[in-house]
Amino acid sequence: MRELLDMFLTFARVGVMTFGGGYAMLPILQREVVENKGWATDEELTDYFAIGQCTPGVIAVNTATFIGQKKRGILGGVVTTLGVVFPSLVIITALAGVITAFSHLPWVQHAFAGIRVCVCVLIFNAVLKLWKSAVKDRSALVIFLVVFAGAVFLDLSPVLYVLAAAAAGLVIEVIRGRQKR
Amino acid sequence: MIYLQLFWEFFKTGLFAVGGGLATLPFLRDISARTGWFTAAQLADMVAVSESTPGPIGVNMATYVGYATAGIGGAVVATLGLITPSVIIILIIAAFLKAFRDNRWVNAAFYGLRPASTAMVASAGLSVLLLTMWNGAAAGLSRFNWKGAVLAAVLLVLTRWVEPTKKLHPIVFILVSAVVGVVFAF
Repeated sequence: MRELLDMFLTFARVGVMTFGGGYAMLPILQREVVENKGWATDEELTDYFAIGQCTPGVIAVNTATFIGQKKRGILGGVVTTLGVVFPSLVIITALAGVITAFSHLPWVQHAFAGIRVCVCVLIFNAVLKLWKSAVKDRSALVIFLVVFAGAVFLDLSPVLYVLAAAAAGLVIEVIRGRQKR
Repeated sequence: MIYLQLFWEFFKTGLFAVGGGLATLPFLRDISARTGWFTAAQLADMVAVSESTPGPIGVNMATYVGYATAGIGGAVVATLGLITPSVIIILIIAAFLKAFRDNRWVNAAFYGLRPASTAMVASAGLSVLLLTMWNGAAAGLSRFNWKGAVLAAVLLVLTRWVEPTKKLHPIVFILVSAVVGVVFAF
């Protein structure tokens, strides 16, 4: 029980210190989980992170589940995951209430109009970063262009694109396997 | 009933959004368009708040959308919905970790998934851009947000090419943009 509480609190701390998620979280996990607690090695952490990145869901959550599972099985995985999302729940819920209460004030609206411009730039930068690791050759570029055109002009569920793209990846692998032979 | 719907929508988001960070954005846009629980403008504000507060962006966005839709209960349900598929999938993968990482077909599927995920985030970004610069589609040049375009250009230079400011946390740019928005009455 005590150990589970420790796991919950440690991952809650990781959650608080993670601004933005993704790679921002790696150094914090290294300090808390590898150096302070010894729950995983650096190599294991890198593996978890790599898989967490390419499996569905939020990377921080996936990594937390992995480490908890390794330490205390399924229950451990659930506890660390709840720990890592706990600060978000508290902070966002508190903040959303405040923002809603003041959103009718003109200066708050001006502030958010300015912020929205910044959000555009941040999304653009995020796309460039994703692009570097995702679009490495011509077939990947084709997948990007087809999905982009579809997402802009058609009104389909994103789930369809995900399934179709995974299938396209498999087909491309089959074709490449044949060409090699 | 709204709780069940929220859980289901976020369960799907958690199951299909690959790549972390803003990968959930296209799914949230889809939810906004289908259910009307929140507007596209609200969604853009949620991105800003989620980037400037502690916690993983995907989790923050889910909590925020859940709260905006159905209060504190909604925040909890949406967050749980988002993380449930992750936990199930990771627990399964953890059982045969090495085989998964080195599997040719798993890698092939992700070869296709990554550019698709990038494209969907790009498309979601484009719709935020249209909303911000033209207040929606086809409003004409007279309605163009010139002040916003100048700010965007400055931010782009500062976040990509100027060495000392490039590494600053996004929260700095978000706060500066808020101040600029107030001072120049955006």
